Amino acid sequence: MTDAAPLLEVEDLRVEFGKGADTASVLNGVSYRVEAGETLAVLGESGSGKSVTAQTIMGILDTPPGRITGGAVRFKGEELLGADRERRRLLRGESMAMIFQDALSALNPVYTVGAQIAEQFRFRRGMSKKDAMVRAAELLDQVKIPNAKQRVKEYPHQFSGGMRQRAMIAMSLALDPELLIADEPTTALDVTVQAQIMELLDELRRERDMGMILITHDLGVVAEVADRIAVMYAGRIVEEADAATLYAHPAHPYTRGLMASVPRLDSSRGQLDPIPGLPPSLTNIPPGCPFHPRCAHADFRGRAPQSSVSGDRCRTELPLLRVLEDPAAGPEGHRAACHFAEQFVAASPEEVLTP
Amino acid sequence: MTDTLRQEPSLAGHDEGAVVSPEAESGLWSDAWKQLRRRPLFIISGVVIIVLLVMALFPSLFTSVDPTFQVLDRSGEAPNASSWFGRDLFGRDVYARAIYGAGPSLAVGLLASLGTVVVGSLAGLTMGYFRGLTDSVLSRIGEIFAGIPFVLGGIVILTSLNKPGEIVGSTRLIVQVVLTIVLLSWPLAMRIMRAAALASSQQDYVKAARALGAGPLRIMFRHMLPNCLAPVLVYGTIQLGVFIGAEATLSYLGIGLKDPVVSWGVMISEVQARIIQMPHALFFPAAFLVVTVLAFVMMGDALRDALDPRGR
Amino acid sequence: MSDPILSVRDLVKHFPITQGVLFKKTIGQVHAVDGVSFDLHPGETLGVVGESGCGKSTLAQVLMRLEPPTSGTVTFDGEDLFAKSGAALKAWRRDMQIVLQDPYTSLNPRKTVGDIVGEPFEIHPEVAPKGDRRRKVQELLEVVGLNPEHIRRYPHQFSGGQRQRIGIARALALRPRVIVCDEPVSALDVSIQAQVMNLLGELQTEFGLSYVFIAHDLGVVRHLSDRVAVMYLGKIVEIGDSESIYERATHPYTQALLSSVPVPDPSLRGKREVIRLTGDVPSPADPPSGCRFRTRCPKAEAICAEQEPPLVAGESSDHPSACHFAEVRQVLPVA
Repeated sequence: MTDAAPLLEVEDLRVEFGKGADTASVLNGVSYRVEAGETLAVLGESGSGKSVTAQTIMGILDTPPGRITGGAVRFKGEELLGADRERRRLLRGESMAMIFQDALSALNPVYTVGAQIAEQFRFRRGMSKKDAMVRAAELLDQVKIPNAKQRVKEYPHQFSGGMRQRAMIAMSLALDPELLIADEPTTALDVTVQAQIMELLDELRRERDMGMILITHDLGVVAEVADRIAVMYAGRIVEEADAATLYAHPAHPYTRGLMASVPRLDSSRGQLDPIPGLPPSLTNIPPGCPFHPRCAHADFRGRAPQSSVSGDRCRTELPLLRVLEDPAAGPEGHRAACHFAEQFVAASPEEVLTP
Repeated sequence: MTDTLRQEPSLAGHDEGAVVSPEAESGLWSDAWKQLRRRPLFIISGVVIIVLLVMALFPSLFTSVDPTFQVLDRSGEAPNASSWFGRDLFGRDVYARAIYGAGPSLAVGLLASLGTVVVGSLAGLTMGYFRGLTDSVLSRIGEIFAGIPFVLGGIVILTSLNKPGEIVGSTRLIVQVVLTIVLLSWPLAMRIMRAAALASSQQDYVKAARALGAGPLRIMFRHMLPNCLAPVLVYGTIQLGVFIGAEATLSYLGIGLKDPVVSWGVMISEVQARIIQMPHALFFPAAFLVVTVLAFVMMGDALRDALDPRGR
Repeated sequence: MSDPILSVRDLVKHFPITQGVLFKKTIGQVHAVDGVSFDLHPGETLGVVGESGCGKSTLAQVLMRLEPPTSGTVTFDGEDLFAKSGAALKAWRRDMQIVLQDPYTSLNPRKTVGDIVGEPFEIHPEVAPKGDRRRKVQELLEVVGLNPEHIRRYPHQFSGGQRQRIGIARALALRPRVIVCDEPVSALDVSIQAQVMNLLGELQTEFGLSYVFIAHDLGVVRHLSDRVAVMYLGKIVEIGDSESIYERATHPYTQALLSSVPVPDPSLRGKREVIRLTGDVPSPADPPSGCRFRTRCPKAEAICAEQEPPLVAGESSDHPSACHFAEVRQVLPVA
């Protein structure tokens, strides 16, 4: 616990759901760090554990059915998983805040938007009702809601989708948190509105020097705002690098597969090259590399003549997240959990590595 | 391909009915039955209900005592060796009366529940499917019936059907009581079904079925009904007990079932003024009533779970 | 070019806004679809893009005759679609089917997969004799890449992508000629979405299908469509072949849409020009006069409020574009 402790550090986090034979291993050792002023994008498909990690950090994971079985979450060096409820409650809002995908259900329909924002000032800052409403209007103005003074008196259903998400952002920023977790903040929004919201989030992060964890499945959004990217699969981080490095030479076959799956605006028809099969059931994660049943390279790699390892490595040995020798990577380095990541790092993303 | 499928039941292990072709076996109701057979809740409630039904149909199997035979000098006798449940005000055997009371009580409860659920479901389903004017008109009609206080409605209906002092046969009386209850209670079942049907009719699977050219009957009964049945079923089983009680209320007012017909409701209402002196005369019919209601509620629960494949 | 299989002219769908409980009074109209015209040729995919509330899903409902139109005509194979009723309507349903967006609500949770995919044959018993149906259902499951032995499973036992395949098998059962796809992949994860898109492409080649492909994801639409129609507030603002829409868009709304899509390439960060739209989409119950896009349009002038721009090709546009000031503007990064 030195002064150099990162804003947020997650270490080897493990979470399970359910009991007995139905136990789902939702997180299987997730580690990442976020520094102040930095945007970490957590990229993954449904079931990869990206949202559960965020909920665990926030301390809003439902237990049961969830169960934290190991690991640590440190905020500025302070361990959170063992901390008492009151301390965690204080940290929420003051130090870390979260915004959700569905702003309509996250706002209470029977109170005005202003009242919901003002509530925090009144109960956590002891402001008078009038002052709190003034502050709420200021906040709405900061998130660029036009006519903020009038709109504080309106109800959530009178706001459009984009405005509601702005109101949510305003609410989460009320107590000046140092870390903002945005869980699919633009997934429910139209593309023109999405661009506005992402720009707003990026601006606010810079202004306030906040750390931001952006959870999303959209490779486009990630490319626009992320400083660093962590790719999750089956409750593990399979690759982590700065944005430019990750897109320029992805080192994990899953990352490469994701990129090949996205239909691009600037290319016309043809077959996409999707990842075959389905993500594994979390109650029954395959042994070895959890991605091997869907990995086109698992067979070939195992049999590669230049490789000194036995043929079944991908099926038997769990690849750990390790630092790669990637001269092009930024100071944070490039990490991947694939036995053969070095061979992929050297190839461009378009290059298809087939036997 | 077909061959591998034919083997599937045996692979599944617990499918004893493998002789039946798999085609006949799959489906919501047969799958629900397979699921029910393994549920202790269903087995227990099923056994209780079967015993009750046998009791209702063949009361003489359980007792040889005449439930209307009065021994006035043994009035209010506490339970003893010769009369296990004691005797009531008129010295009649409470055990025999409880046994003989099962028939009319169950008949009223079952028929009234069935009636309200069927009438209410049909109305609710129609409203949910057609919406608009149909929905508005049926809603208003339902509100009229739901607005009538039960006791007042019962008095008006039953006294206008039977002139005071008229001797009415027990079957006719039971039918009248059932119809009265159904008439005054169907709007509740209708509201529950309507809410479920409105939600269900907006689902995409209904849209897909319409796009395939499915008619209103197929959509209402094959697509919407199975998805709306659960709340109404639960309501129906809970109402069963309420209806047996409602029958008792009507009996107490002298317009429902009455002597010489025996029902648990009649027994409970008869003893109302003398609960302190002869608690056993209240306890035993009430116990029968509670066990019956519990059995049907449990049955309804089990049925609801079995009809939802997601719970398996 | 061959005759169009589906021809839509001036299609309008207004939903009345009503007040009152028993005696309903109409107090306004939601202009969900407001004069839409296009042709669909055999074997072709027409993509329909637009943001939420632009009327693209209502268009699908009206085309499938799930909602009655307010006015306009649709001809299917030369026959007036809205004149059909009874047996003729039912027979037409074999020719045109729909795949819906939500794989969780589009399958009846209380029916087995066999029942769901077999239902078309029950409704149209003339298509397959009873004894044949089971085999047909299994064939269909195999065609869409599912295990044919799973016909006794229930929808909840499948993943989202697999459920969407079941929905596709159901739509395919009657061997339709046109399938309306209403956001068929937008609820799916990226890698699964690509699988389903490939499947749709393969099925089109195999069965000679025509698609009306409705989506909000411009990348998905580009990938699957031969031609693209862009909708805004109930109207088509620009229509043309895929390449001309994406490479040479002339309507400011199309340009704004295209420029807003984030590009998965961090090296372009900050170098791309994003056309920022201000404000929200106006309510379809009270659309702006003249050009509907004028309230958010960076190019709007006085004429835009007075005159509705016609959807025509002009000197500055090689394809129909409904803008008084249509001009080509390169918005996508040059590859």
